[in-house]
Amino acid sequence: MSDPTEANGTAGPAEAAGGPGRRVRVVLVDDHRMFRTGVQAEIGQTEQTGVEVVGEAADVDQAVTVITATRPEVVLLDVHLPGGGGVEVLRRCAPLMGDTEQPVRFLALSVSDAAEDVIGVIRGGARGYVTKTITGTDLVNSIFRVQEGDAVFSPRLAGFVLDAFASTDAPPVDEDLDRLTQREREVLRLIARGYAYKEIAKQLYISVKTVESHVSAVLRKLQLSNRHELTRWATARRLV
Amino acid sequence: MSEAAAAPLAEPRPPRKLYRSSDGRWLGGAARGLAGHLGLPVIWVRLVFVGLFMADGLGALLYAAFWFFVPLGVGGVEAQKPPSPPAAETSPDGRRRRVARRPDKGQIVALLLMVVVAMVFVGNVNLSGGVRAYLWPTVLVGAGVALVWRQADNARRARWVEVGRRRRTVTLLRSVGGVLLVTAGVSGIFVLQGSAAHLGSVLQAALAVLVGITLLAGPYLVRMTQDLSEERLMRIRAQERAEVAAHVHDSVLHTLTLIQRNAENANEVRRLARAQERDLRTWLYKPEGTGKDEADEPTTLADAVRRNAAEVEDKHGVPIEVVVVGDCPLDERIAAQMQAAREAMVNAAKYGGEGGAVQVFAEVEGKTVFVSVRDRGPGFDLDSIPADRMGVRESIIGRMERNGGTARLRAVPDGGTEVELEMERAEKTS
Repeated sequence: MSDPTEANGTAGPAEAAGGPGRRVRVVLVDDHRMFRTGVQAEIGQTEQTGVEVVGEAADVDQAVTVITATRPEVVLLDVHLPGGGGVEVLRRCAPLMGDTEQPVRFLALSVSDAAEDVIGVIRGGARGYVTKTITGTDLVNSIFRVQEGDAVFSPRLAGFVLDAFASTDAPPVDEDLDRLTQREREVLRLIARGYAYKEIAKQLYISVKTVESHVSAVLRKLQLSNRHELTRWATARRLV
Repeated sequence: MSEAAAAPLAEPRPPRKLYRSSDGRWLGGAARGLAGHLGLPVIWVRLVFVGLFMADGLGALLYAAFWFFVPLGVGGVEAQKPPSPPAAETSPDGRRRRVARRPDKGQIVALLLMVVVAMVFVGNVNLSGGVRAYLWPTVLVGAGVALVWRQADNARRARWVEVGRRRRTVTLLRSVGGVLLVTAGVSGIFVLQGSAAHLGSVLQAALAVLVGITLLAGPYLVRMTQDLSEERLMRIRAQERAEVAAHVHDSVLHTLTLIQRNAENANEVRRLARAQERDLRTWLYKPEGTGKDEADEPTTLADAVRRNAAEVEDKHGVPIEVVVVGDCPLDERIAAQMQAAREAMVNAAKYGGEGGAVQVFAEVEGKTVFVSVRDRGPGFDLDSIPADRMGVRESIIGRMERNGGTARLRAVPDGGTEVELEMERAEKTS
């Protein structure tokens, strides 16, 4: 599946993610054992992929326990989980995400097509969202990208984001914060059209790094817009 | 009339059960139900009941028995109407039914009729003074009981027919009215047993008892109705879930069987799996009532894009990923754009499908509708195609331009082709 990674067939994933020898410690959170086993088999061959699966969890409580105990760099998080869903895991792991020393980063890996699910986990603090149809190589690339602090957007998520911001285009108080810039919109549109980051860079005559920073900005705004929206909502109803 | 009555009976029908009719009834629906069961005009049955009523109130007793024991149903006369409308019945009955359709009016008519009949009854039958004095209280009690029973029927009927929230007050008023009538009747009897001088104290006592009962039973009743409605809601949910589960189980099993049979044919397996996935997603994630019916024509852009993509995907076995931002109703221009987009998808699936999924992106921004179809195939150069090959030129570019839009084809930097279609929406739909 095309996701925002270099469609670079020749370079191995570990190589693509910054040279051999790099390791990422990953926790898998999914309530389907079959799926965990499959992902583990596909990405957990540490010598080849550089991904080390250090823990697995099947529900919210288990996930929080495992994540706190193992302190992975990246958590692959399912959206639908018994015990409150991925959003609940994100809520309870919020202190770990804010850790400056060794932050835990979350990548939502979901089968769900529902916009509110996806936007929900992103606003909860996940650094990206990919669908379960993603190939192993692309998933490994996404994991490294998230570990480096970048945002990973699938075309579908880009579509949802465009939709979400289009519908809240009514003049907000803090316009500059909530609105997407023209450039960010352009980048998102290209992602939604199935372009990889590298292709976007070529298309817009900017560097891949710039594309990444645009995407990160979108992610930040998305998370921020949640808070601002809440404030606005509360103010409108005279709750604060 | 006899022919009309015989006609419905002549038709072969599964064995029927006697139900009271909930539609077009005057009182309990017993006469209507009975008429439906026997295949007789309603008016006859009603007249028989009235006639029997004259015979020392036998009709009333019979009617009450029917009301009490026969379950309320949706059948009755109404059910027989569509197949063979007996001409004889419509003319005298049709007008009346229209009146009776409004439940309150029908009820008032019924109550007035009852009063008239009762008065005739009282006038005709020569009762001794003592018994006669008890008559009015008894009639009051009867009317109250009828009101409350009828209410219970309505509550039962609400299971089939969704009754609006506004009706709740009416329900309450009716129940209270019924209880008051019964109380008045019973008080009357007590007063008669004693003397008129006790009227005040008897009424007070009755009121006290009534208030006491309300206080005791009120909260319990409210709680019970709440529990009931909650339970009903749960049942509806469970039913819906069961429906989804049944659908999912069936289609998944079906697909798995097909996959087992076509295990050697990778393309077919992929196609089946994709189709199944799409189907499941539609069931699981789409809001109620959108796109679950495959039969009807799409009316919005998002619907049309998805439908087209699904069809092309099924036909060519290449996965097509669709992202739609915004939505708008289809007009003539947009429909043309959809056809062009479909052509683009077919081309992409045919010539660029090996490189991976075909990506379709549609966006509505203000009045502009933009659709992009891209593949990761070997690429395609319009200029290198002979001038006599009209596929792309006519069905995509030509079609877009004829309808006032634009189409661009271009090579994507890292391989593949992208078709961009842009169209303004028609004026009137703004």
